[in-house]
Amino acid sequence: MPATARQSWLSLLAKSPPARLAALFPELPPHLVLRAPEIGSVMVQGRTGGTGAPFSLGEMTVTRASLQLDCGSVGHALVQGRDRDHALRTAALDALMQTAAAPTLEAEVLTPLRAEAEARQAARAAKAAATRVEFFTLMRGEDA
Amino acid sequence: MYVAVKGGERAIDAAHAWLAEERRGDPAVPDLSPAQIREQMSLAVNRVMAEGSLYDPDLAALALKQARGDLVEAVFLLRAYRTTLPRFGTSRPVDTAQMAVTRRISATFKDLPGGQILGPTFDYTHRLLDFALAAEGLAPPPPAPVAEPSSDPLPHVTALLGLDGLIEEEPASDTPAPDLTRSPLQLPASRALRLQALARADEGFLLSLAYSTQRGYGRTHAFVGELRIGTVAVEADLPELGFAIEIGEIELTECESVNQFKGSKTEPAQFTRGYGLVPGQSERKAISMSLVDRALRWQELGEDFTGAPAQDEEFVLSHCDNVQATGFLEHIKLPHYVDFQAELELIRRLRAAAGSGAEPQE
Repeated sequence: MPATARQSWLSLLAKSPPARLAALFPELPPHLVLRAPEIGSVMVQGRTGGTGAPFSLGEMTVTRASLQLDCGSVGHALVQGRDRDHALRTAALDALMQTAAAPTLEAEVLTPLRAEAEARQAARAAKAAATRVEFFTLMRGEDA
Repeated sequence: MYVAVKGGERAIDAAHAWLAEERRGDPAVPDLSPAQIREQMSLAVNRVMAEGSLYDPDLAALALKQARGDLVEAVFLLRAYRTTLPRFGTSRPVDTAQMAVTRRISATFKDLPGGQILGPTFDYTHRLLDFALAAEGLAPPPPAPVAEPSSDPLPHVTALLGLDGLIEEEPASDTPAPDLTRSPLQLPASRALRLQALARADEGFLLSLAYSTQRGYGRTHAFVGELRIGTVAVEADLPELGFAIEIGEIELTECESVNQFKGSKTEPAQFTRGYGLVPGQSERKAISMSLVDRALRWQELGEDFTGAPAQDEEFVLSHCDNVQATGFLEHIKLPHYVDFQAELELIRRLRAAAGSGAEPQE
């Protein structure tokens, strides 16, 4: 679980649908690209038996980027998938969230993204709950 | 002897042009988009991602389109793409106990904490062709029913058995995981290396091996302790910042098998475990993987080697990869004119010698 505020927003942005992020935060502020968006992979690990020693499960595609705003604030991004704009936008928001613009962005971008992520999660959990088996047991005569 | 090695270029170009035409099929039928494949052929996409060992549904869907639906060819395309990617790092091991489950069942306990959650399963369907699906312009199905999710935790069944010491422990460790995409497979392999090989192995091969153990070839008396499908967050370190963040979410299928117990004069009898973890939704493969994992552990658990294929680490690990197998199998269709010419010469000499009653000259 993300511990700090920065871990929390970076995690939220990485998991958000790129199109939704672009709709909420269309214009990137003036910036200097420190690391142009680059597509690569991360090896995902599992644990033997769910709890034991780590093993290599398989890779996933990721994109990373870094940039610096004119005010000097630096932002980084590492996001799932191959969407360069997603990485750049995440890095820009990471940089802006360290400036005075943070409360506005928290309200206009992060809060809706968080609410939508929770709604998606809740919708799936509710469908899963509807498929939970409610066993009923017939009472046998001698137990009555 | 010289053999013509050029001259096929025009034929190859024509063959590829025809392949493109065949891939498209009848132009009167609408073109299939990768997004349609991703959304409506998702289990094929899942299989290509698992065996291609790269989690990216859009790429797997594209590979399926390009491969005309040939799964192994699509896996090959994804593997080839994978090799072009720089590796940025390794994730923290995913925590399947924290999985947001869409399905979670146990064949060993009816009333387990958190309950039996069926999820979107083919089980209990009648396997009758549904001709309604063949109609065009179908309205989307009505939304599935919902219910209030329970806040009960969903403990692993093996964790429940572990409370009473009834199953072998799987103590956490930080032993760095081997990676067979970085260093070649070496035998004997650690369990971690075997699990990686099995996770990317051909589903059909694993299914047959697992089935063979059920039929007696390396029997391990497996129960599906638990099968769960759902999404987990993937955490990885951001080197620039020195801390870990969640970089995304992936769907996984996990199977924990509970197997025949062992005990000794000093240790009370305990169940043993097999483990399957597969990217995407693939319970057939996850169950197969856990059975084969368990069969391969015979030595560690002090069991007899019965000569069963599923117990033979070298046999299993050397033959489970369908890209490797296809490469070697299909290479024999490529020109072997010189090799064959040599065999032809030899058989003619043997026949000539047999006809004249003399020994063939070397």
